[in-house]
Amino acid sequence: MVEFDVVEFEPADAPTAGEVAPDFTRPLVNDEYWENTSLSAVTADGPTLLVFYSMNGAFPATYVWNELRDREWSDLLSVVGITISTPYDHKSFLDDRNLTDVSLFSDPSNEVAADYGVAHDLDGMAGVSEPRLSFFLLSEDRTIEHSWIASEWPEFPDYDELEAELKDAL
Amino acid sequence: MSTDEPSITLYRLQACPYCERVVRTLEQYNLTYRSRFVEPMHSDRNVVKRISGKRSVPAIVDTDTGVTMSESGNIVTYLDRTYGNGGEN
Repeated sequence: MVEFDVVEFEPADAPTAGEVAPDFTRPLVNDEYWENTSLSAVTADGPTLLVFYSMNGAFPATYVWNELRDREWSDLLSVVGITISTPYDHKSFLDDRNLTDVSLFSDPSNEVAADYGVAHDLDGMAGVSEPRLSFFLLSEDRTIEHSWIASEWPEFPDYDELEAELKDAL
Repeated sequence: MSTDEPSITLYRLQACPYCERVVRTLEQYNLTYRSRFVEPMHSDRNVVKRISGKRSVPAIVDTDTGVTMSESGNIVTYLDRTYGNGGEN
């Protein structure tokens, strides 16, 4: 049997269900333009799924967004991603993956992930920190209804379970 | 998305001197505005075409006056007349 050397994360120091998710403002990229936008402006429009993910180009980014696109969660609530990629990169990523109903925050400094306790320094990429994969289901006042945070690198959620939680909360 | 949106929206391109000229004028008159950045590729600027009829930037939309306009010279003249000396603000 092949033993994989899976990297375990330190326990995340992230806000948990019932707490209010920290607000932030970053350029939010859609398929046409980007504009400084606060998380609270997004959640004010209704329940929101906030997804921290690996930089565009890494295979986990592709896996996650193909899955979210195919599950059409953006029909149920606002779906926004955040990672360290630039706005230009986000725009290409949205085009390449045919993501038309989601938008992506650009946070090259990874400060937002640090603020949420889900930052991850990449081994072998000096000076580069990115978010670990995390999902936060937020209500209109940014209260966290449910969250899932990767405990290993890489690790993916049980999407069916997440979808059940999501439909439960809506 | 929020209720306190500024009335002026500037469609701009990063590092475009004509856009910066408009920004300087907006700042000169202490106008609040929001910036929407578009791509360098002319053909990828459908949002600008949709609002102004052209794909050129800068372009502004002022919902206070109902004006939509492109080309920096025109925009600066409009801002001078509307918000500059002799204007209400």
